[in-house]
Amino acid sequence: MPRTFARQLYELLSSMRFAVSLLTVLAIASVIGTVLKQNEPYNNYLDQFGQFWFPVFESLGLYSVYHAGWFLAILTFLVISTSLCIIRQAPGMVKEMRSYRTGAREASLRQFAHKHLTHTGLARDEAQQKVSEYLLARGYKSQSKVQENGVLIAAKAGSWNRMGYLLAHSAIVMICVGGLLDGDLPLKLEMMLGSKHVTGLDKPFAEIGPESRLGPQHWSYRGNVFLPEGKRSNIAVLNVQDGALLQELPFSITLKKFHIEHYSTGMPKRFASDIVLTDLQSGAQLEHTIEVNKPFEYRGVSLYQASFEDGGSKLKLKAHSLLPGSMRVTEADGTVGESLQLTQGSDAMRIEITGFRPFNVENMAQPSVAEKNTLAMLNRSLGSGAKSADGKDLKNVGPSFSYKVRDAAGQAREYNNYMMPVEQNGRSYFMAGMRETPAEAFRYLRLPADEDDKLTTWLALHAMLTSPKEHALIARRFAAQAMGGPGVSDTVRTRLADTAERTLGLYSERGFESLGKFINDTVPEPEREKAADVFVRVLQGCAWEAWQLTRERQKLKPLEMNAARADFVRDSINSISDSFLYGAPFYLELDQFEEVKASIIQATRSPGKNGVYLGCALLVAGVFFMLYVRERRLFVLLKDSGEVLMALSSNRKTLDTDTEFARHQEAIESLLNHGTRTP
Amino acid sequence: MELAHPNAPVSLLKGRSPLDWLAAALLAAGGLFAFNRYSAYMDGYEQAFLLIAIPVFAALAWAWAGLRNLLAGVAVLALSGVSLYHADLARAEQVFLLKYFLSSQTAIGWMCFLFFLATAAYWLGLLAKSEFAEKTGTALCWTAVLMGATGMLVRWYESYLIGADIGHIPISNLYEVFVLFSLITALLYLHYERRYATRKLGAFVLIVISAAVGFTLWYTFSRGAHEIQPLVPALQSYWMKIHVPANFIGYGAFSLSAMIGVAWLLAERGILASRLPSLAVMEDVMYKAIAIGFAFFTVATILGALWAAEAWGTYWQWDPKETWALIVWLNYAAWLHLRLTKGLRGSVLAWWAVVGLVVTTFAFLGVNMFLSGLHSYGEL
Repeated sequence: MPRTFARQLYELLSSMRFAVSLLTVLAIASVIGTVLKQNEPYNNYLDQFGQFWFPVFESLGLYSVYHAGWFLAILTFLVISTSLCIIRQAPGMVKEMRSYRTGAREASLRQFAHKHLTHTGLARDEAQQKVSEYLLARGYKSQSKVQENGVLIAAKAGSWNRMGYLLAHSAIVMICVGGLLDGDLPLKLEMMLGSKHVTGLDKPFAEIGPESRLGPQHWSYRGNVFLPEGKRSNIAVLNVQDGALLQELPFSITLKKFHIEHYSTGMPKRFASDIVLTDLQSGAQLEHTIEVNKPFEYRGVSLYQASFEDGGSKLKLKAHSLLPGSMRVTEADGTVGESLQLTQGSDAMRIEITGFRPFNVENMAQPSVAEKNTLAMLNRSLGSGAKSADGKDLKNVGPSFSYKVRDAAGQAREYNNYMMPVEQNGRSYFMAGMRETPAEAFRYLRLPADEDDKLTTWLALHAMLTSPKEHALIARRFAAQAMGGPGVSDTVRTRLADTAERTLGLYSERGFESLGKFINDTVPEPEREKAADVFVRVLQGCAWEAWQLTRERQKLKPLEMNAARADFVRDSINSISDSFLYGAPFYLELDQFEEVKASIIQATRSPGKNGVYLGCALLVAGVFFMLYVRERRLFVLLKDSGEVLMALSSNRKTLDTDTEFARHQEAIESLLNHGTRTP
Repeated sequence: MELAHPNAPVSLLKGRSPLDWLAAALLAAGGLFAFNRYSAYMDGYEQAFLLIAIPVFAALAWAWAGLRNLLAGVAVLALSGVSLYHADLARAEQVFLLKYFLSSQTAIGWMCFLFFLATAAYWLGLLAKSEFAEKTGTALCWTAVLMGATGMLVRWYESYLIGADIGHIPISNLYEVFVLFSLITALLYLHYERRYATRKLGAFVLIVISAAVGFTLWYTFSRGAHEIQPLVPALQSYWMKIHVPANFIGYGAFSLSAMIGVAWLLAERGILASRLPSLAVMEDVMYKAIAIGFAFFTVATILGALWAAEAWGTYWQWDPKETWALIVWLNYAAWLHLRLTKGLRGSVLAWWAVVGLVVTTFAFLGVNMFLSGLHSYGEL
């Protein structure tokens, strides 16, 4: 009984049906990992699936399907099934390849699908020689054997077809085994046995103990080395499950310089790292530049240009207070990736500097009106592939940096500021972006740049307009300016000044929001629009006066009003109003920077690679042999009676076999009848 | 596309026509001229590709007179286009021949138009049993390929006119490979049309080509995808020149087999049966197409793995594109097992080939549309 069970199991595993089922199951299982994003942080899955399903899917290994036990089991079965197929088929196939089947009987040849009976008047030896020569010329190898009623010429061609089968199937085994060796199976075993544990990366590498470290002799791995310019490291971080392991490399890498080049469109063109490798055993050093698509291998470890980050650029910052009436400027030095303390008024705030970009390429073109005319559209798409369908105007708008300001509750707002003013509709603005959650896009405060391309005027204006103690003076000057004529009585002027002061008072609370609320509360609906208009004009006049006042205090000449200055005033009022929603009591200006880049270099060791590549070569050879070499056997039985029986067999039933037999039949027939065909 | 026929006369050189020799001589002259002039700008692999391309195209031209004539036509048109440019892109708007025939967008536009006409002609031929209409279909199909291939070559040249650092072979994004797909599928079809001496399957195969052309047009007009873009660093590799074409021979052949599968299933149910070739012939074409597709898809996937090892650090990392390539491969591996080892024939295989088109389309397009991964070189 056990013997028959083993036999049955062997037959099942090596059967065609099992193999095809495995291929199908593997294909379907593979789909899962493409639909569900793999190897994400576990928190993402928890958010996505909730408390109940998260652990269920985790135990099914769905977050890392291709490394899950059951998936590896399918692969293992594929290897077993394919191996058994080879073991089962190989001996027979080799025998088949060698044999000419000269023992074939007439009766069995008569059973062939392709057979033909004819006659010859030639002597047996002559006929035999002619047929053999013909077959040789057609690429057939043949052997003859005298049988009781004549001679059988047994010929074969395309035996390599069988070799193709053996090559292709052993290739699959080689590829799978090589792949399994390069996978994380060995590591998984170590972790299952409990000798290694993943760790968080919230502490320095030096504090991470040996239970989360892998030695340089570790079999296979794939991890990232984070290298700021000028720094050195011999640790690659492997992301495993919901944590990490540290892989020690047999050498240390120093990043001398990271290069990044761009096309004029701002698209990246080249990433390259100039590195120095120091062998930790021999102390030998060598320099090399690695680039995308140009990796470097040393002592069995391949190094790739994987990515890049900011490596701690140094930023000189100026914090301009946005508190009412304040013109305070605080200077601070920041480093990307670190945080700094800033005191504004009575609060101390933590600012985390998260990023720095040395330049930004933006499309400054105005969106054009889409052409609806088909002919015009067609005409536009003729010509070279170089021209753009929607006119683009790409411009580098200079450096930007981003930071987070965390409040007492731990909630952070994110900010993104540009260093230089950006031109929009012919005017220049300092762009100050803010968002409350990473899911939103940045909303930008557009602070108008003054005639010196500086923010100074806006800041002074902001301080003036938000400072209650200046309001009375500004309002008075505005009233005097607006109703300065001799025909206007003082009471009218005073009333205007009062209105202006109240307007400024409201505006300095929450900008247009509080003005709007005031209008809604006090003005009947039909007159609101008109009232708003008046308020805005009063505000504009006041702002202009405030501007002149700041100049007067700096002993500067008053300015003439013109269109550009009117725009500036309008933009200032709008942006000061928006600044109440900015969420931070300061504007952080990037004054100077010193960029430090960091390269992320991937280090891999995959000793199974050569086996896999060899397997690939064999697979290609095998597939071509199997599909394009047809094994055919042609039998010609020259009977003593003058009768000739031709038969052809092939392990591929295609139309080619039919046409080929028809051709041989005709050729041999005419050969055996001195070029004349028998009726 | 077929390997040397096992029963072909042993001597390849005897009995060649003067035209064959002329084609080989011109290919060699052109290839060597290009090598002499531009090899300094190529790496070793690219030099090897150029030199190997000479005998490969010569062999194809010898094996298939139609292809030989196509190569000659493409060479004449593409070189005319290139020479009319005088290294100035603006001339695409000014020179009549460029603007209305030979500039890349216009030539590809002609290709689209001609493929639609060819589809109509093949259907007319099939339904009206008109040999004339079928022959017109064949002629239109060849002309479409001629214009499309010209467009691709001129586009290649145009990319260098934008900037020496921007120039690259036009098989780097979804728009460009869609044109490549149309061309390869059409050539595969024309090959089978000649080998099986029937034009009746054109009506079906041209449907899938028309669909691809329709997508190309939508992609151009609605997304402006035709604009030449520079290559991101990951694509700057000689591997692209072999990985992408090999893949599209696979995709093209699989699509073709699926359309034959549709024709087979219809004929089996008596629909158009009197107008279509016999079931046995269609079955054979389906097998041939899947065989060649499978062989090239195997090569392409392996080339992709080798490239991935160089660009991404590992030959296989279960990226969605890789995984779907494997799924496609497994699908057709199963198909071939059923047919070759089990000797299965008939409707199961035809249905399987049709479903294969869905799997193939997802691997080709769906992965770009719905899944994210490293291999996202054409988003919708």
